[in-house]
Amino acid sequence: MGFLSYFISGVSLGAVYAIIALGYTMVYGIARMLNFAHGDIIMVGGFVIFTIVSTLGMPPLLGIIAAVAACTVLGVTTERVAYRPLREASSLAVLITAIGVSYLLQNIALLVFGSNPRQFTSVVTLPNLVLAGGALTISSTTIVTIISCIIIMIALTAFINKTKIGQAMLAVSEDRGAASLMGIDVNKTIAVTFAIGSALAAIAGALLCSAYPSLTPYTGSMPGIKAFTAAVFGGIGSIPGALIGGVILGVIENLSKAYISSQLSDAIVFAVLIIVLLVRPTGILGRKINEKV
Amino acid sequence: MAEMNTRRTGKSAKAVVAADRTAGADKTRAAAGQTAGTEKSDAAPTLEVKNLSISFGGLKAVDGFNVVVEKGQLYGLIGPNGAGKTTVFNLLTGVYKPDTGVILLDGKNITGRKTIEINQEGIARTFQNIRLFKELSVLDNVKVGLHNHHRYSTLEGILRLPSFYRVEKEMNERAMELLSVFDLDKECDYKASNLPYGKQRKLEIARALATDPKLLLLDEPAAGMNPNETAELMETIRFVREKFNMTILLIEHDMKLVAGICERLTVLNFGQVLAQGETSKVLNDRRVITAYLGE
Amino acid sequence: MTKNKVRIQNAVTYGMVVLFWVVIQVMDKTGHLTSLFKGLLVPLCMYAILAVSLNLTVGILGELSLGHAGFMCLGAFSGAFLTNCLETAVPSVGLRFFMALILGAVVAGVFGLLIGIPVLRLKGDYLAIVTLAFGEIIKNLINVLYVGRDAAGFHFSMKDTTSLGMDKETGVVLIKGAQGITGTPRAATFTIGILLLLLTLFIVLNLIHSRTGRAIMSIRDNRIAAESIGINITKYKLMAFSISAALAGMAGVLYAHSLSTLQASSNNFGYNKSILILVFVVLGGLGNMRGSIIAAMLLTALPELLRGLNDYRMLIYAIVLIVMTVFNSSPKAIELRSVVMSRLRGGAKKEVA
Repeated sequence: MGFLSYFISGVSLGAVYAIIALGYTMVYGIARMLNFAHGDIIMVGGFVIFTIVSTLGMPPLLGIIAAVAACTVLGVTTERVAYRPLREASSLAVLITAIGVSYLLQNIALLVFGSNPRQFTSVVTLPNLVLAGGALTISSTTIVTIISCIIIMIALTAFINKTKIGQAMLAVSEDRGAASLMGIDVNKTIAVTFAIGSALAAIAGALLCSAYPSLTPYTGSMPGIKAFTAAVFGGIGSIPGALIGGVILGVIENLSKAYISSQLSDAIVFAVLIIVLLVRPTGILGRKINEKV
Repeated sequence: MAEMNTRRTGKSAKAVVAADRTAGADKTRAAAGQTAGTEKSDAAPTLEVKNLSISFGGLKAVDGFNVVVEKGQLYGLIGPNGAGKTTVFNLLTGVYKPDTGVILLDGKNITGRKTIEINQEGIARTFQNIRLFKELSVLDNVKVGLHNHHRYSTLEGILRLPSFYRVEKEMNERAMELLSVFDLDKECDYKASNLPYGKQRKLEIARALATDPKLLLLDEPAAGMNPNETAELMETIRFVREKFNMTILLIEHDMKLVAGICERLTVLNFGQVLAQGETSKVLNDRRVITAYLGE
Repeated sequence: MTKNKVRIQNAVTYGMVVLFWVVIQVMDKTGHLTSLFKGLLVPLCMYAILAVSLNLTVGILGELSLGHAGFMCLGAFSGAFLTNCLETAVPSVGLRFFMALILGAVVAGVFGLLIGIPVLRLKGDYLAIVTLAFGEIIKNLINVLYVGRDAAGFHFSMKDTTSLGMDKETGVVLIKGAQGITGTPRAATFTIGILLLLLTLFIVLNLIHSRTGRAIMSIRDNRIAAESIGINITKYKLMAFSISAALAGMAGVLYAHSLSTLQASSNNFGYNKSILILVFVVLGGLGNMRGSIIAAMLLTALPELLRGLNDYRMLIYAIVLIVMTVFNSSPKAIELRSVVMSRLRGGAKKEVA
C-alpha cells in the first residue's frame, strides 16, 4: 500500500508539472523561446490566492479566479514589454530578458511578502478519500489535481484543434513567416499563447501550494525548471508530450524520494532526462528534425 | 606551389598503386578514357560511380546512378528540379549513405565513408545555398579549408611556439594565393557575410580548393547570378581546371554555362539517368528535350 | 592588417586587466578601499574567469550551456579537498594552492570531456537543458558525499559520517555532505585572481586566434560546411567544451580558497549561478572576451554598490538586466541608436566645418 500511495501522489505531482509544462511547451512551440519566468508566474498566482484567501478571508474559488486573472494580465504584459521588442533578436537575448523578468518577479514578491515562508491554506476543501479500510488514504488535493489536469488537457486539445485561434497557433508554430503571409496576426497569437500559459500557471500555483503549503518568493523556481524538464522529456512543443513527461517525472521523483534518497531525487530525475534525450534527442513524442543540406 | 605539386604527384602515385590493385576487377574501365583532357588513360578514372541508389520512405530519390569522370574532365550533371542531382552530391560526399552502389575515387572504394574522411580522400564541394563561415573573415574561411594540410597542435597554438608562426605564415601565403586566383585578395579582411553574392560563391570555391581535392563538386555555382557574373564564373571555372589541373563535376541549370564549359553530361530525371555522353549530343537528345520542355 | 588589429585588441584587453589591478593597488595603499569592496575583489576575478570560459562555449563554439556552475563546483571541491589532504605532507600553503588549481582544472576538464561526449550530439535548447541537468546532478551528488581519512586510508560514503566506518582515533572527515569542506586556508588573493584571469585570457585568446580556434568557429558558423572541408566536428566541440570546463574548475578552486566553509548549496553552485554567468556572457557580447570581463565585473559589483538601497538593489538589478538586453538587442533600439549616432556624428562634422 505504501508504494501505491507514493505512486498516486507522484502522479499528482506529475499532473502539476504537466500543467506548468503546457505553458512552457506552448510558448516554446509558438514563440521559440525559453520562458524562464514561467515558474515565477506560479509563485505570483500562489501569493494572489494567499492574499485573498488567508489575508482577506474570502472563498478559495474567488482566490483562484483572481489568480488566473492576475497571472493572465501579468503574462501578456511581460510578453508585450520584455519579449515582443526582441521578436527578431537572437533567442539568447530573449532568454536573458526572461531571466530578468524572473528576478524581477521574485524580488517584487520579496519586497511585498518578505522571505519567510507563508503557510498556504489548501484551496481544496473536500474530505480525503479513505480506501481499503483506512490502509490507503488519498488526499482530496491529489484527486482534484489529477482531475484538473485531465480536464485541462482535453479542453486545451479541443481548443487548439477546434477553434480558429487554436489553428492560428498551430500555423504560427509551424512557420511564423508563412502564417503571417496567410493573414494570421502573429503578435496576437503569441499574446494569446502567453495568456493561456499564464492562466494555467495560476491554476498550477493553486494546486502546487495546496499540496506543498509553504509559499516563498522562490517557490516557483524549481518546479518551473522541473516542468521545463518534463516538457523537454516528453518532446517540447507537444501537448500529450507535456502530460507524459510531467507524470513520468513526478512519479520518478516521488518514488526516488521514498525509496532511494530524498536528497538525490532531483539528481535521479535529471539523470533520467539525460538518458531519455540521449536515446531520443527530441524527447519521447518530439518530432525529429532533419537538417537539409 | 612547388610544395603542392609534389604532394599532388605523391597522391597520384598512391592512386596508381590503388588502381593496380583493383585493375583485375575493372578492365573495361581503361577504355572509357577517350575524352579530351585525360592524361593517364591507363589509370583509374578520378570518379567512378556504379549503380548508386537511395530511397527516402519509399521514394527512390536516386535509382541506379552511374557515372565515370576522367581526370581533368569538366563534367556536368543536369536535370529538372527534384531529379535528385543534389542528392547525388550528398551521396558522393557521405552526407547520406547509399542503399546500393559503389563510389570509387581514383579507384579507391569510398562508399559509405564519413563526410570528413571523404574530404580527406579528396572530394570537396560547394553548396546550392551558400554555406560560408559567415562571422569569419574571407581569409579565415580559406584557412579553415587548409586545416588538414598545414598543421600544428592546439598546445603549440596556445603557447605561440615557433611552429605556430611558421605554419600560420605558410597558411596565409597559400590562402592569399588562392584568393588572388578568384580576385578576392583585396577583400581578405572582410567578414564573409559582407561580400556581395557573386563573390561569396567564388569564396566557397576557393575554400573547397584549399582542401587540395582531386575532385571538385560544384552545386549550381551560377544560381542567382546575372549573365555577366555567369560569364565571369565560366572563365573562373575554366581557369581553375587549367591552373589546378582539377577534375570538376558540376550541377547547373544555366544551359549556356553547361554547353559552354562541360565536356560531358549526365541527365537525371526522376532519380534515373536519362542520357549520358558528350555535351552536344546529349543536349540534342530528344528524350532530354522532352524532359525539360515537356511533350 | 587583421593580424595587427587582433594584436591591438588583445593588448587592450590584457592592459585593461592590468590597469584594473594597478588602480586597486593604489586605492588600497592610499586607504580608499572599503572593506566591503575588498571582499569583492576575489569574486570579481572569479566571475570574470567564469564568464570568459563560458564565452568559449557559448560565443566561440556556439553551444548554449547552462551547467557551468557544475564544473566550477567540481573544481572547487577537488581543489579544496587536495589542499586539506596535503596539509601535513606539503606545509607550504602557496604550493598546495597551486597544486589544487591544477587538480581542479584537470578534474573539471576531464568531466567536461566525459559529459561532452554524449551531450554534444544534442542541439540548441536540448543541449542547454541537459547541461543544466548535469550541473544539478554534480551539485546534488557532492551534497551527499562524505569522505574521510584515517590510518587505513580514504573512506567514502553517500549516507553520513558514521557510515564512513573510520578509526575513531585517527579518522578525520574531509568532506562532510551538505556541510561541505571546512578549514581550507584562505589563500586566494586579488593578485592571484588577476594572474589567473590573465592566464585564462592568454589561453582563450590564443586559442581563438589559432588553427584550432578557426576550426571551432567554423563549426559554429556552419557545421555542414565545416564537415565538408574535413573538420572533425566532435573533436573540436569536445576540445572547446572541456577547455571551458577546465577554466571554470580553476575559478572554482580560487573560490574555494576564498571561503572558510565550502558547501555545494544551490546558492553557490545551482543552475541560477550558471544562468548568472550566462548573463555576463550575453551582455558582454558573444565571442567578446573583454565584454565578458567588463559585464562580469560591473554586474557583480552593482548589487554590492547598491547596498545602500538595501531591499531594492536586486529589483534594480533585474530592471537593469531587462532594459540593457532590450536596448542591446532589439532591432528597433539598434535602429534608433544608429540614427542617434549618425545625427551626433553629422552634428559633430558640421561643427568642424
